[in-house]
Amino acid sequence: MEAVVVQNMTKTYGKEKTLAVDNISFSVAKGELFGLIGPDGAGKTSIFRILTTLLLADSGTASVDGFDVVKDFKSIRNTVGYMPVKFSLYQDLTIEENLSFFATVFGTTIEANYDLIKDIYVQIEPFKKRRAGKLSGGMKQKLALCCALIHKPTTLFLDEPTTGVDPVSRKEFWEMLRRLKEQNITIIVSTPYMDEASLCDRIALMQGGKILSIDTPDDIVKAYREKLYAIKANEMYPLLKVLENYPGTLNSYAFGEYAHATFKDQMKNMEEFERFLAEKQLTGVEIKSIEATIEDSFIKLLH
Amino acid sequence: MKQFISFVRKEFYHVLRDRRTLLILFGMPIAQILLFGFALTNEVKDSEILVVDYAKDNASQQILTHIGASRYFKISKAALTQKEIMSTFQAGKIKAVVVIPVNFNEDLLHSNKAQIQLIADATDINTANMIINYLSAIILEYQNQINENLEIPYQIIPETRFLYNPQLKGAPGFVPGVMALVLMLVSVMMTAISIVREKETGTMEILLVSPFKPVLVIFAKAFPYLILSLINVTAILLLSVFVLDLPVKGSVPLLFAESTLFIITCLALGIFISIKTDSQQFAMLISLMGMLLPTMMFSGFLFPIENMPLPLQIISNMVPSKWYYIIVKSIMIKGLGFSSLWKETLILLGMTLFLLAISLKNFKIRLQ
Repeated sequence: MEAVVVQNMTKTYGKEKTLAVDNISFSVAKGELFGLIGPDGAGKTSIFRILTTLLLADSGTASVDGFDVVKDFKSIRNTVGYMPVKFSLYQDLTIEENLSFFATVFGTTIEANYDLIKDIYVQIEPFKKRRAGKLSGGMKQKLALCCALIHKPTTLFLDEPTTGVDPVSRKEFWEMLRRLKEQNITIIVSTPYMDEASLCDRIALMQGGKILSIDTPDDIVKAYREKLYAIKANEMYPLLKVLENYPGTLNSYAFGEYAHATFKDQMKNMEEFERFLAEKQLTGVEIKSIEATIEDSFIKLLH
Repeated sequence: MKQFISFVRKEFYHVLRDRRTLLILFGMPIAQILLFGFALTNEVKDSEILVVDYAKDNASQQILTHIGASRYFKISKAALTQKEIMSTFQAGKIKAVVVIPVNFNEDLLHSNKAQIQLIADATDINTANMIINYLSAIILEYQNQINENLEIPYQIIPETRFLYNPQLKGAPGFVPGVMALVLMLVSVMMTAISIVREKETGTMEILLVSPFKPVLVIFAKAFPYLILSLINVTAILLLSVFVLDLPVKGSVPLLFAESTLFIITCLALGIFISIKTDSQQFAMLISLMGMLLPTMMFSGFLFPIENMPLPLQIISNMVPSKWYYIIVKSIMIKGLGFSSLWKETLILLGMTLFLLAISLKNFKIRLQ
């Protein structure tokens, strides 16, 4: 059964009709962990807000748990959990007060659904008398997740839940999501971090309001057919320039401490390329063939 | 209901944990009462005064012509008993009454001495003082005129009475004014800001995606300010009774009932502002410019409305605090009951219903 179905959704903003979501269609199965991956301005938040009935799309249809986002918005508001990009809890209330407030607003109590949030809540429980505004980024996100989960939602919308959170907390957060998935909760999560994409069941790579590709992380990587090389030199910036100027280069870009590049003819003539680099007085050159990551796939899709 | 209570409790946490809000809420009324302790001067023009001429003789006619020639007064004449004079005052239209006793001219001619009675409504001491001073000056001028060629001078002695506030205490005028001002500020600004804050911090987004009815969010946010404003009313009244020595002449429950109505008017206004704005600063600016200034200008508290040009007088009718100011003044100082105030009450009620209606109509159940 499909938990979320989006068909030909388009959304523009303002009088200038700035396009935020451009004729998008996708569906998410019940119990799936689905990721919307893309940089800022890709249209992720707009999709979230349309699905959580906060915004109306210009055209197209969408449903959550079988409810239409326009007609049955009340039913959707009863059943989904939503965690916006910005930390949106009451900074001047304590952890406990925030949680019990949201529990009451959703017509339930902390005790009734404690088992669902227990794993997460025990981590912040020692600080339950502390005001939310004084928590660290990771703790804030855990509290926000607890608040979004407290009414046992059927579908959970998490808009960039790990932005601004330290790497350790990010990792913990994703482990929590995997555990929630076991409870048969459909989770739709957005993130600008490519490394998190591989943790989803399926992902949609987004850019400029469009979905570039939608598949499992593995299949997206497999679809990357070119041979990819990681190249390093002591002089990084000149190396990037050289790669751009090399006639055989298909595509090249900085990637951490390496430069990634693909070449015409799958690079049959490696010696010629090495000679070319040596001519440009680059030192400490290191070239290796590597497996593509989702980020490489994304960059390729952008070209 | 449980949701509502929980929401209201949360709202109280917000207020009680924010020192600045607390300071504004409870520091302001006290500061205002102290600040407005200084009375303000103002000019009187076209004040309606009533002349009760029992004499109807030569001298009385001449005095009345003099008074009528002045641009300060609008004269109407009537033959009333002392008791009827009081009830005209209570109606609130007449600022002062000039009573010329029988045999005025004869007294003046035979005993060289005559009395004339001036009664003023001293609810607003500035206006009352001004009117009495002008009237006395006009009478003195007339006296000098007829004395010009006489050896034994005639004397007209104005006998002055201030109604409602015989000791001319400054407080009566400004306590109702401060009440209108404080309630306006607290209710309008605080509600507007606190709802807009939820929008600004993004919590509104979460509240909208919940089973909690959006309209209830608004009412739950307004409710604590109703309570806090009533506490403020109590504080101001206590200050007025025990510090300023100004007792409430009329019914205290009626005063509280009318205050509650006015607070709800203000809350509705605050809600409307919050629906139309998206930032706390903007909401505050609108509340200050749109509420504080008109309240000061048009409630009749600082500047007499009757002196304003007609367009401004018409505008003043749209300011809720003007009606509340009249109500509080009437109950506190004149000791009037509901029967004399139903018109003002009805106007406030109408304003409240209108504001609530347009707020509900404009309320957005989505973000855009």
